[in-house]
Amino acid sequence: MKEEIIIAGFGGQGVLSMGKILAYAGLMDNLEVTWMPAYGPEQRGGTANVTVILSDKPISSPILSSYDTAVILNQQSLDKFESKVKPGGTLIYDPYGIHRAPTRTDIKVLAIPAMDATLELGNAKTYNMILLGALLSARNLLSTDAVVRGLKKTLPERHHHLIPLNVDAIAKGRSLVE
Amino acid sequence: MEEVKLMKGNEAIAHAAIRYGMDAYFGYPITPQSEVLETLEAEMPWETTGMVVLQAESEVAAINMVYGGAASGKAVMTSSSSPGVSLKQEGISYIAASEIPALIVNVMRGGPGLGTIQPSQADYFQATKGGGHGDYHLIILSPATVQEMADFVGLGMDLAFKWRNPVMILADGVVGQMMEKVVLPPFRPRRTDEEIRQQCPWAANGRHGRDHRNVVTSLEMDPERMEVNNNRLQDTYRKITEAEVRYEEKFTDDAEYLIVAFGSVARICLKAIEEMREQGIKVGLLRPITLWPFPTKEIERLSKQVKGILTVELNAGQMIEDVKLAVEGRVPVYHYGRMGGIVPAPAEIEESLKSHFLNV
Amino acid sequence: MTVEEIIKPENKVYARPELLTKNITHYCPGCGHGVVHRLVAEVIKELGIEEKTVGVAPVGCAVFAYNYIDVDWVEAAHGRAPAIATAISRLYPEDVVFTYQGDGDLAAIGTAETIHAANRGENIVIVFINNAIYGMTGGQMAPTTLLGQKTATTPYGRRADLNGFPIKISDILAQLDGTCYVTRQAVYTPGLVRKTKAALKKAFQNAMAKRGTSIVEVVSNCPSGWKMTPEKANEWLKEHMTEKYPLGDLKDVKE
Repeated sequence: MKEEIIIAGFGGQGVLSMGKILAYAGLMDNLEVTWMPAYGPEQRGGTANVTVILSDKPISSPILSSYDTAVILNQQSLDKFESKVKPGGTLIYDPYGIHRAPTRTDIKVLAIPAMDATLELGNAKTYNMILLGALLSARNLLSTDAVVRGLKKTLPERHHHLIPLNVDAIAKGRSLVE
Repeated sequence: MEEVKLMKGNEAIAHAAIRYGMDAYFGYPITPQSEVLETLEAEMPWETTGMVVLQAESEVAAINMVYGGAASGKAVMTSSSSPGVSLKQEGISYIAASEIPALIVNVMRGGPGLGTIQPSQADYFQATKGGGHGDYHLIILSPATVQEMADFVGLGMDLAFKWRNPVMILADGVVGQMMEKVVLPPFRPRRTDEEIRQQCPWAANGRHGRDHRNVVTSLEMDPERMEVNNNRLQDTYRKITEAEVRYEEKFTDDAEYLIVAFGSVARICLKAIEEMREQGIKVGLLRPITLWPFPTKEIERLSKQVKGILTVELNAGQMIEDVKLAVEGRVPVYHYGRMGGIVPAPAEIEESLKSHFLNV
Repeated sequence: MTVEEIIKPENKVYARPELLTKNITHYCPGCGHGVVHRLVAEVIKELGIEEKTVGVAPVGCAVFAYNYIDVDWVEAAHGRAPAIATAISRLYPEDVVFTYQGDGDLAAIGTAETIHAANRGENIVIVFINNAIYGMTGGQMAPTTLLGQKTATTPYGRRADLNGFPIKISDILAQLDGTCYVTRQAVYTPGLVRKTKAALKKAFQNAMAKRGTSIVEVVSNCPSGWKMTPEKANEWLKEHMTEKYPLGDLKDVKE
């Protein structure tokens, strides 16, 4: 298997950390992984994206021209990456704040109201985990166990009590696809 | 079983340095390589291996701390990114002239000037042609993976001691910032002061019973003697050129076209080559691992086999000059490059190669 | 009395310090460097630390200091001696590391390295020769050149509006928490030579006791650069230099 993923949005939305959890989960499932951020000078705000590749074979380029799957969190990123999803690929986006919806018909487009779901869950920090859940479900990627172990690797020890909350958020994301 | 870890190239350098038994790291923060110093400070190796870690007041001070540590026979290193490495050039020239070992890491960003914090390979000339004043060379290692970022710390320091010459790991922002799997080298103890005195009889680390004083200096006022020093350096460079060329070839056996690229760009080229091979276009890759000494003979050999060569670099065309010197006009050599911190996608490389050689 | 009657061991009042090499120095007649070299050599020997001392030589007139004192040396790039000393001192904490620097090296091009090594309290001795001029390059203005003083680059005298003011770098260093001992001495009379030696000894003892950074400034002369006879140079030093750079301890932290 090989899955080439771009996750893109605003800095502070958890784009890079979503990619990191995905990469660690891939590591737990004994896959080859690369995690390549496009980084800016700012710690908060600005656009941020990360390319994550999961593969059962060695990975050549960590930088890609096109993607199997795009997870899009804002309008700028949608404008930039919609055309770069491979035909037959998947585009997952949150319609919150999107005023020009995707128009392609040769790819699978999933509108996931993650912001609304986050408000339901009552914790803003679960936003990216809801989208991660949607991604895992839509692409049938990785075992839940691997993701939980990935979370443990990514989160500092003092935040491990938040893992059940994140697991709930991932489940919520999955349910929005199914 | 070896533990497989997932980490950034910059973090891998820090962990590899501790495990190698590095005696000291001196550095100054600069994007995109600050994780090296941050990781070392977080790991606190002074509590475990006794390694010294110090945030200096400037890159200038940091490289001179490296000069002092190297002059005393210790295994010492620094890391920085392009503008900071420009500041280090004075010290690097002194280290090379004094014939002492040191490891310098440059995680390149776009220039000139303050430039950008995004990846670049625009310091190729600076790194491979000396960089500072005077006739000298560093051994330049070019990592393409996080694994090589880790492995080249030990390799680089070993080569530095073997040849008593500074070694540079010339990385780019991509391998510095990306995460992938890595197996870190095993821990080995730092050398004791007694071992250092035995292995480095030239080191200025106190006489401690030695019957003469050691002086580490690059100064020689007598031109005749200075020329002897210059000739000795050049002799070392000739020996290094014969012994230490490293490179990787992929799909070259039947290649009709050759791409030459180094660092992370070589991986992007490999993806483009894989896609072109599926279309029946026989393209091969030569990735120089040592940029100095350069794999001149290997490129010369391949230039007798292929119809044309494309170099791909994150600059305006620097390594292409060394490729052309190796090819000596036998086949056309073209350059494809992006600057400003932009990293080309595989499709761009494919397009460039086809436009030059296949009239597409 | 015959010469033979005078030259015999019991009449010996001075011996060449053991740690001074047989090399003939390149210093000009009357220059203070030779005296300070001797004092450093004597102090290192008297403290019995010659086997574990590493010197860091500057760029400037004292660039060849490593030819004259028989300990291990590293020759620094201009101004960088305190950075080099930092590394050696941290990597060999049981050894004694000192720098020997002039005013251009320490107070112009190497200001950052000096201040930050001192501010970190590196366990080193800094011997600082202040003669208010660049000797080696031919008598140009130093950061410590006095107002009105003529040099090759201030041929009509240093002007504050053009060249800024003479810098009292030791006073700045004394403000830093990392320094344990900052003193300003001179060597133009035998009495002052003795005081300077005592100051150097205290500085090296501080390093042996790991008390932080010690700075011994020696206000010195440059007969060649000042274009004076050695005698006139010492008179000028006494009259003008010590007015701007008064002698004495600026800081001496007791335990």
